[in-house]
Amino acid sequence: MPTHEKILLKNMERPGYGGTLPEYLAVGGYEAVRNVLGKVPPAEVIERVKRSGLRGRGGAGFPTGLKWGFVPKDSGLPRYLLCNADESEPGTFKDRQLIERDPHQLLEGIILAAYAIGCHRSYVYIRGELVYGASVLTRALHEAATQGFLGQSVLGSGYDLTITLHRGAGAYICGEETALIESLEGKKGMPRIRPPFPAVRGLYQSPTVVNNVETLCNLPHILTRGPEWYAAIGTEKSKGTRIFSVSGHVSRPGNYELPLSVTLRELLLEHAGGVSDGRALKAVIPGGASSPVLTPQHLDVGMDFESLAAAGSMGGSGGVIVMAEGTCMVQVGEVVARFFHHESCGQCTQCREGTAWLHKVLARIERGGGRREDLDLLLDVCDNMTGKTICVLSDAAALPIASYLRYFRDEFEAHVRERRCPLAA
Amino acid sequence: MTFDPQVEQEAAAILARYPEKRSALLPFLHLVQREQGYLSPATMEEVARRLHLHPVEVLEVATFYSWFNLKPVGKHRLQVCQNLSCTLRGAERIIGTLKEELRIGEGETSPDGLFTLQRVECLASCGSAPVMQVNDEYHENLSPESVRALLTRWRAAAR
Ligand SMILES: Cc1cc2nc3c(=O)[nH]c(=O)nc-3n(C[C@H](O)[C@H](O)[C@H](O)COP(=O)(O)O)c2cc1C
Ligand code: SF4
Ligand code: FES
Repeated sequence: MPTHEKILLKNMERPGYGGTLPEYLAVGGYEAVRNVLGKVPPAEVIERVKRSGLRGRGGAGFPTGLKWGFVPKDSGLPRYLLCNADESEPGTFKDRQLIERDPHQLLEGIILAAYAIGCHRSYVYIRGELVYGASVLTRALHEAATQGFLGQSVLGSGYDLTITLHRGAGAYICGEETALIESLEGKKGMPRIRPPFPAVRGLYQSPTVVNNVETLCNLPHILTRGPEWYAAIGTEKSKGTRIFSVSGHVSRPGNYELPLSVTLRELLLEHAGGVSDGRALKAVIPGGASSPVLTPQHLDVGMDFESLAAAGSMGGSGGVIVMAEGTCMVQVGEVVARFFHHESCGQCTQCREGTAWLHKVLARIERGGGRREDLDLLLDVCDNMTGKTICVLSDAAALPIASYLRYFRDEFEAHVRERRCPLAA
Repeated sequence: MTFDPQVEQEAAAILARYPEKRSALLPFLHLVQREQGYLSPATMEEVARRLHLHPVEVLEVATFYSWFNLKPVGKHRLQVCQNLSCTLRGAERIIGTLKEELRIGEGETSPDGLFTLQRVECLASCGSAPVMQVNDEYHENLSPESVRALLTRWRAAAR
């Protein structure tokens, strides 16, 4: 197995590393904050992050430096940086590890991003369920503040920053950036119509940047080792490493940090130990439950954003769910549709009704009550759900379901024909 | 209504963290649920009063988020993940075992007041599926046997 240098998981994989401030300092932590704050102009920090090629790890893969560049400098309003720690995409469990095991790496990333966009008050929106993660971050925030890494004039640089932890309360949609903002304002987490984009009018109608935990964790390394070092890892358009969360029917589930040039085959077979119990591979979801499914024919696809898109799926959240031969794809569809139905915020008719239909029809087919026309009905519903709604949750429900039908249509037909699940014992 | 002095202090600290009062709503609801186990109509009204909101606005928010209990729950709130990775690794067997052992349905509380059974969506712990959250803690790599052992332990502790 080729060895790769880990960037984000490196500290925490050192024997005995507990993620406290002294331990983080001992491995060179906060060096970037020391070297950048008050010394490198914010515009130059944005420039370096642009040059690194870093793209968001929360779902869409949008270039981070470019996003920061959209924040107006002269609005006269405060600017906000929100760390998206709502991690709720099924199959994804990397941000939780980054928070629990190396909280100062994240705080350092937040400080650097906040400095770059001129923000003095930042919020970490952490998923409500992550009680342990919240306690780890609370302790780390306290440590950082006592040592002068937060508060007034950070390390004497003249730059002030407060970071506040804000707990969500169990709603997948609050991971969507405008819903997250609504939620932070004390409302139901319902996505806002764009434009205006958060960069111009976000939290409290002020310029706001929302960045994922993993995205932010990359910043100290980019600013210490240089954008060119970072840009040399990965592929032409997908730079750096990425943490892939591997779960399902796999021998060694877990988080794997690998260069974005890795293939699905290497990730699954070399790193995660292949399908569990020696079974054959049936299907893989490469980027969280929102991403269309791939099959063994796709094993040589690159895990970078472009290659996955070319293969008809997407990089999404990096949550890789493995399914062995014998998995019922109608049941998979039912579980996925049930999830999106439950999590739709209900504002858009196409999404609210569409997710309900998908779930209802898939459950009926799975239980043996499917009709021949149901398969086309499903595709028709999916078709009506894409590209027409306030946020992309509707697409995130429709595209995977359509993909299950595309690759496994015979299985859906067999359910209808035999009036039962052919795979049920 | 007043909260005890330490809780009042926390409430004041929360308010100081936000430029706009309303942002304190989720933190307040977390605080109340931690203290009382659930959100009663009276406390929601109190939260509304303090944040200058209409009580129905507080109720709307409280019902939007799955973490909040609008009625009392058992001492151990068992939230079993029903999402894909957990399903692939036997979540339904876990839920089945719990129903059988506790003789309650989903959303119900056992007559002894010890357990409430709920289904939840992905807990961001898919690599150690199947998983359930019990109050603030995660229990991972569950099997019917490990679930039965947990129940025995909690029942013994309650005696
Ligand atoms: C329905 C939905 C759920 C999302 N959930 C998350 C999430 O849990 N965590 C996250 O970082 N981004 C999530 N996103 C993406 C965010 O909207 C946003 O793009 C991201 O946080 C931006 O950060 P990045 O540029 O660093 O990737 C979600 C998007 C949608 C549409
Ligand atoms: S697409 Fe769905 S989740 Fe998104 S805003 Fe519309 S109803 Fe809400
Ligand atoms: S699917 Fe159960 S924790 Fe993610």
